Amino acid sequence: MEGLRVPIKKEIATAGNRFKKLILPHLVLSAIGLLFLFPFIWLILSSLKTPQEIFQIPPTFWPQEPRWDNYIRTFEAMPFFRYTLNTIFLCTVNIVGQLIASPLTAYSLSRIEWKGRRFVFGIIIATMILPPQVTMIPVYIIFAQLGWVNTYIPLTIGAFFGSAFNIFLLRQFMMGIPKELSEAARIDGASEIRIYLQIIYPLLKPPLAAIAIFTFVGVWNDFMGPLIYLNDDRLWTITLGLQGFLSQHGAQWELLMAAGVIFTLPSVIIYFIGQKKFIEAGASLTSFK
Amino acid sequence: MKKKQQDFWLGLAFASPFITGFLFLTVIPFVQSFYFSFTEYDIFTDAKWVGFDNYIRIFQDENFYKALGNTFFMAFIAVPISLLVSLLIALLLNMKVKGIALYRTVYYLPTVIPGVAGSILWLWIFNPEMGILNTVLRYLHLPDPAWLMDPAFTKPSLIIMGLFGSGGGALIYLAALQGIPKDFYEAASIDGANWWHKFYAIILPALSPVTLFQLIMGLIGAFQIFTESVILTGGALGGPDQSLLFYAVYLYNEAFVNLNMGYASALAWILFVIVMLITVVIFKSSLRWVYYGGE
Repeated sequence: MEGLRVPIKKEIATAGNRFKKLILPHLVLSAIGLLFLFPFIWLILSSLKTPQEIFQIPPTFWPQEPRWDNYIRTFEAMPFFRYTLNTIFLCTVNIVGQLIASPLTAYSLSRIEWKGRRFVFGIIIATMILPPQVTMIPVYIIFAQLGWVNTYIPLTIGAFFGSAFNIFLLRQFMMGIPKELSEAARIDGASEIRIYLQIIYPLLKPPLAAIAIFTFVGVWNDFMGPLIYLNDDRLWTITLGLQGFLSQHGAQWELLMAAGVIFTLPSVIIYFIGQKKFIEAGASLTSFK
Repeated sequence: MKKKQQDFWLGLAFASPFITGFLFLTVIPFVQSFYFSFTEYDIFTDAKWVGFDNYIRIFQDENFYKALGNTFFMAFIAVPISLLVSLLIALLLNMKVKGIALYRTVYYLPTVIPGVAGSILWLWIFNPEMGILNTVLRYLHLPDPAWLMDPAFTKPSLIIMGLFGSGGGALIYLAALQGIPKDFYEAASIDGANWWHKFYAIILPALSPVTLFQLIMGLIGAFQIFTESVILTGGALGGPDQSLLFYAVYLYNEAFVNLNMGYASALAWILFVIVMLITVVIFKSSLRWVYYGGE
């Protein structure tokens, strides 16, 4: 009897262990995972409902007859195509500006030994903490006096000065590139600009890709900037277009949801493409050294 | 000596994009903003010097206290909650189970929904009559609040929305968790430490620099809350009982809707002082609770 009991007990114990080690984590992880997926699922499901179904009480979960033409109606209901092109234009110019200006400054801070570089670095850290509201009003007034309100200049010019965040990120990366690399070229008589352009810049692909992604997402999602500077609705970005549509035709939820899906799509695609870089860049930002 | 001088000009030249921008878009506006805060200015007529009037008015302004209170609520209640949830999720995602990469992707996904689209979606989810959330709550025979229509529930609604962005913070925590050497846990096990001991004595200290980073970023972010409030209140400034009137929203409204540029500049300076004070206090206190390995 004793001999029998032990293996059974053991088996039960291992079954319990298996549940605890293998199944339980998956149960917990997927339950929370479903919760996290829910906003996405609901956005898509709502975008496929008919105007009648969307107002049904209680709401249906699956669309009874999926209406794909909501996506076409979205483009008819508002100048969504124009908003998209405007937004893409702003994103592109901002990315170009950041990819030119931020690495130049980061190079100066990490690879040229000059008096004042620590001071400039300190300023960069300080500007990251400065609330944008403090400078927002005078900057608006300056741009207004230059006649730049209701143009894209206020929404793009800043990128060509680089951003503190990106400079910081690139500086951290450039500190890790061996000094010997540029020393050798210097001995061969290469100018600093040549070293920068031909040796260092090509090595910056990973952080530059991350910056391009961050810039795209930041400009794509920006609401306050366009709200302040763009009055003419032909210049509007998608964020302004969606807000305008919400306040004018707030009842057409199925169209708002369809627009929301289209608007979200690029960020999702970029996330899947750049997933690794996203995480690496995010992690490297936290090492304040 | 000559090389040194050459390097100085070279360094300055390479840093000139940032320095130019810093001068024209930060230093000059910073000084101007201080000046404007002592004036009455509507852009169309010249700024009129009014001394400390704006600042005196601020401290008698009910909206200012309302906006400040709401913003403090988000900074000191919503931010810690979101940090805690991020940490718990990071601990979950740090488990060694099959397919964990997929879970990480799923948990991060809600953070890529743009603020405007997300706010519109949540406006729909929180709808008291037709929203899915209250339908589920009614089905479970739980109370179904009016969420964004009820001043007592507007900020909790915002917190719930925000928690769906915990994946971002969780990934940063996760990177730090994975940087903890395994021998630490092993050594602790040999000493007879249980799960809680390990969490308290190894994980928390190891995560403290990241916590400091996320806390500061979170607080600064809380002082900038804008898009969600504007979309969720549908243009009605501040929403029911002004429960969603946040500092950045009030400041924007004073500056760009009411064209009280002087008054708004004074509001901006008070914000600046508050943010600086909070940052300094946190950095000072961090000397006591942030542990940098090997230093």
